[in-house]
Amino acid sequence: MAKITFIQHNGTEQTVDGLPGMSVMETAVKNQVPGIDADCGGACACATCHVYIEPDWVEKAGARNPMEEDMLDFAFDVRDNSRLSCQIKVSDALDGLRVKVPEKQF
Amino acid sequence: MSDVITTDAVIIGAGPCGLFAVFELGLLDIRCHVVDILDRPGGQCAELYPEKPIYDIPALPVVTGAELTSRLLEQIKPFHPEFHYNHMVTAVKKLGDADFEVETDGGLKFRSKVVVIAAGGGSFQPKKPPIPGIEAYENGSVFYSVKKMDALRGKDVLIVGGGDSALDWTINLQPIARSLTLLHRRDDFRAAPDSVKKMRELAEAGKMSFKLGQVTGLKGDNGVLSAATVKGNDGASFDVACNAMLPFFGLTMKLGPVAEWGLNLHENLIPVDTEKFETSVEGIFAIGDINTYPGKLKLILSGFHEAALMAQKVFKLKNPGERLMFQYTTSSSNLQKKLGVS
Ligand SMILES: Cc1cc2nc3c(=O)[nH]c(=O)nc-3n(C[C@H](O)[C@H](O)[C@H](O)COP(=O)(O)OP(=O)(O)OC[C@H]3O[C@@H](n4cnc5c(N)ncnc54)[C@H](O)[C@@H]3O)c2cc1C
Ligand code: FES
Repeated sequence: MAKITFIQHNGTEQTVDGLPGMSVMETAVKNQVPGIDADCGGACACATCHVYIEPDWVEKAGARNPMEEDMLDFAFDVRDNSRLSCQIKVSDALDGLRVKVPEKQF
Repeated sequence: MSDVITTDAVIIGAGPCGLFAVFELGLLDIRCHVVDILDRPGGQCAELYPEKPIYDIPALPVVTGAELTSRLLEQIKPFHPEFHYNHMVTAVKKLGDADFEVETDGGLKFRSKVVVIAAGGGSFQPKKPPIPGIEAYENGSVFYSVKKMDALRGKDVLIVGGGDSALDWTINLQPIARSLTLLHRRDDFRAAPDSVKKMRELAEAGKMSFKLGQVTGLKGDNGVLSAATVKGNDGASFDVACNAMLPFFGLTMKLGPVAEWGLNLHENLIPVDTEKFETSVEGIFAIGDINTYPGKLKLILSGFHEAALMAQKVFKLKNPGERLMFQYTTSSSNLQKKLGVS
C-alpha cells in the first residue's frame, strides 16, 4: 500500500491508499478525487488526467514516456513537473507521493 | 430552406453501436441515415484508440479500434446506409403524427419513423483551453474550428498546438492571413512529418513564425483580440500580436444537445428498458454507451446486443400488426438476399 496525496488548486488535500500495480489516475478515480477526468480510461489518449508532481517526488515518479510526451500537447499549462497520472504506476517506492491537480483539465 | 430527407431511421452517432444498428435494422428492411459530428465513422474507437487492441469482441481474439470500424463498415455495406459526417444533431422533435424531425447544425433536416441515439459519451467537441477570459473572445476572435477560411483572410492569426489540425491549418491559412504565428510548447510535433517539414520551410523563408511557449492570457477590447500573452519555455513572458486565435488541443466528449431533446436523463445517461432499449419517448431508442439500465456495462458487445433488440421494436412500429418471423442469417434465404450473398 502506498499513500498518495492529491492537492487541489484551492489547497485542500486528500490522502488515499494506492494499490501497487494500479495507476495514480485509477487511484484518484476510485477515491473520487475531483479534477481527474480521465476521459479515455487510462489509454493515454485524452490528457485529462494531467497532474503536477510535487518537487520532492519528480525524480521518483520517473520520466514521461514518449507517448505521454506527445499526449501532453493536448494538456493545458504544461510544466516541467507535468505528468499524465494514468502513466504512473503506484508502487511501494511512491508511498507518500504528492501531486497537484490542475484547476481545470479542460 | 433545405430539403427534408425522409427515412425510416435516423441514427445519431457513427460509433460501433450506431454502425451495428444499421445492420440489425437493415435485416428488417429499415433504411437508415447516420449522423456524426466527427468527419469519419468509429466513434471512440476511431478518435481515442484507433491503434489499440480490443480483446473482448466475441470471435475476434484481437482487433484494433480502426480494424473494428472498417469491419463494421464492410458488414453493413449491403444496407447502403447514408452517412452525414461533420454534422451535430441539435434538435429532435416529435411531430404531431408518429414521425420525428431531426435537425443538424449544418442545416440538414430529416423526417423519420424512429430515432436511434447511439451518441456514446456524447459528441466529440474541441477542447477549450482554460485561459482566463477566453469566453469573451469566442467566435469573434477565438475559433476552435475553421468553418469558413475566408473569415481569416487578412488577419493576424495565432495558431496554438502541435497536432495535425494545428499544422494543417498553419499551412492552409498562411497564404491568406496577413501574418501567421504557430505557437507550440515544444519543438516536436505529433503530426504528419510532411506537414511539419512544410511549416519549417515557411518559417525559414520568413513567411510565418514559429514560437515556443504557452498562452497564459489574452488582451483585447469588446471581444476583439489584440494580443496573446505567452510564457516562453525560458520562463519569460512576451506578447504575440494577433486578432484571431485558433487553439487546437484535441477533442473531448461532451453530452451536448442530447440533454435538450425532452428525454428523461439520469446522470447524463438515457434510461431505457432492457426489452426494446426505448427511451421515455416512444420511437426514440438509445443504445451503446449513452444509455443506462440496471446492470449496464459500457462494452461494445453490450451495444451490439442492444441494437438487435431495439430493431425488433422498430420493425413493429414501422409495420403495425405484422408478425416478425425470427430468422437466422445462416439459413434464411430472405436474409441472405438482403445481405447480397445468395
Ligand atoms: C481507450 C478505450 C479503450 C476501450 N476498450 C474497450 C474494450 O476493450 N472493449 C469494449 O467493449 N469497449 C472498450 N471501450 C469502450 C468502447 O469504445 C465504447 O463502449 C464504445 O465506443 C461505445 O460505442 P457507441 O457507439 O455507443 O459510442 P461512441 O463510440 O462514443 O460513439 C458515439 C458517436 O456519437 C457521436 N455523437 C454524439 N452526440 C452527437 C450529436 N448530437 N450529433 C452527432 N453525433 C453525435 C460522437 O461524435 C461519437 O462519434 C474502450 C474505450 C476507450 C476510450
Ligand atoms: S486517462 Fe486519458 S490520458 Fe490519462
